[in-house]
Amino acid sequence: MKLTAQDAEMLEGAHGAGTALAMEVLVAIGRAFDAEQMCDITRAHVALSNQDADIWFAERLVAGGAVCKVPPTVNPGFCLEFFRHVPGLTSEDMSTMERTEAAYRALGAQLTYSCTPYLQGNVPYFGEVTAYSESSATPYMNSVYGARTNRESAQSALCAAVTGRVPVYGLLLEENRKGQVHVHVEPTLSDEFEYHLLGYAVPRITGIQTAFIPVFTGISAMTPEAHMNLGAELNTGGNVPMYHVVGLTPEAPTLEAAFHGDPPGDGFVVTAKDLDEQREMLSAAAGPIEFALLGCPHLSLDQLRAIAARIGGRHFKAEFWVQTSFRDKELAERMGVAQVIEQAGGHLVPDTCIDQVAWKHLFGKKGVTDSLKGAYYAKRRDMDFVLRSVGDCVEAAVKGEA
Amino acid sequence: MSAREVTVMGCRGAAPGRASGPAVVSSDAICFYLVDPPTGKVIEPGHAIEGRPIGGSVLVCPGGKGSSVVQADGLYQLSKAGTAPAAIVVEEFDTVLVATAVIMGVPLVRCAPQDFVRIRDGDVLEVDSDEEAVTIR
Repeated sequence: MKLTAQDAEMLEGAHGAGTALAMEVLVAIGRAFDAEQMCDITRAHVALSNQDADIWFAERLVAGGAVCKVPPTVNPGFCLEFFRHVPGLTSEDMSTMERTEAAYRALGAQLTYSCTPYLQGNVPYFGEVTAYSESSATPYMNSVYGARTNRESAQSALCAAVTGRVPVYGLLLEENRKGQVHVHVEPTLSDEFEYHLLGYAVPRITGIQTAFIPVFTGISAMTPEAHMNLGAELNTGGNVPMYHVVGLTPEAPTLEAAFHGDPPGDGFVVTAKDLDEQREMLSAAAGPIEFALLGCPHLSLDQLRAIAARIGGRHFKAEFWVQTSFRDKELAERMGVAQVIEQAGGHLVPDTCIDQVAWKHLFGKKGVTDSLKGAYYAKRRDMDFVLRSVGDCVEAAVKGEA
Repeated sequence: MSAREVTVMGCRGAAPGRASGPAVVSSDAICFYLVDPPTGKVIEPGHAIEGRPIGGSVLVCPGGKGSSVVQADGLYQLSKAGTAPAAIVVEEFDTVLVATAVIMGVPLVRCAPQDFVRIRDGDVLEVDSDEEAVTIR
């Protein structure tokens, strides 16, 4: 890989040890993928996680004096202010998040703590070269906006933000954005929950374990939240940095365009039965639940409005927690939507991820969620979930039974 | 005891270093988050090598999978517990797995498909990412 004089300076430590470490990681990636050179990025999103490896690496960069050339938006950890009032968290739990915040503040990151930066605050134009980690963010950037990013890891995106550079390979190159596998969706999908099921099911049905670009047909309209769910689950069940939806996404006006003129091949059909089976495979058995935990990825303002409308003056029997961005929480408060959810006994939680120690008081309990991704990762924390649509999660929390 | 043939294959190096160990071959991609750090056993339900320990092995699998966050923390926890694989051989690289292996110092290489399928579970493998060679003993 050819380095510019400035790339070489960064690598050799002229900009400090932290920047050199970041460049070392990027150069290794470039070599692995036969990149010929590096290029500038204009945006980045780092999947901050507040987990040991995240803190360890961010603090290594800080200790080496690194400051981000391109200030990235960051994923949620947990909201310190909110969880000070929730029982069960130790001072050690709190100080971990304080360390994470201190490290990312020192790195000059935008402390947005949201996993849906592409909806607000970090939105690209078509063709912009970026570095986005986070399972729903990478496909959203490539597929919905036609911006360009590889499927970065939290650490590689942070290295890109520090240096302002990425190796040129993979999805930054036009020829690699070609669709690879035709997936026809037979049922008409009417609820955003079905995109959770579809996303998780596609890698299983196609049997493809490595990275691939599916081309969907049979879908005539999708909300931003449908794309958000689809991307999140495609990258939980498999490895999908980009997809095309024929007639909807900008690089797929036609089936031919999506495949760059190649024959689409035999492909796969997803049936309504496949989606039902997907839910059955991962859902806990129906029955009493102690809580609902939504917002993996963070629910949008529209989804918060739908929840408020669905409640219809009733009260929750089970605990009802909704994770959202600080911006949407603020908007929901201004609009009176947050108050409706809170009057029913629910909580809007900003800046927080389902896969955090902050939810300790729910570990070992059975709940309901709409997110297969959330349920999959929460297994490690011994949370068991019945899988339902957001609307049915509201009903389940009102009845105390899913 | 019959002498086994020693096979040396080329590979592409990503994360530097050399290591050896018994091959644990998985037909499913790996998510390190769903490996139990104290035992090093794969705990993902339905995974091809569910229940098998991977600590000290050369993990041979199609590639990595899982949310961009979890590979790094998963492998970090295994390294801390001493149950990380000694090296990883894949059929295809992805950025998440490459960055994770570089940062955690676990040698990672990619073999061509015709070489990849020659590796059998239990083979003793030597992986040299710097010299770009995988040796089956």
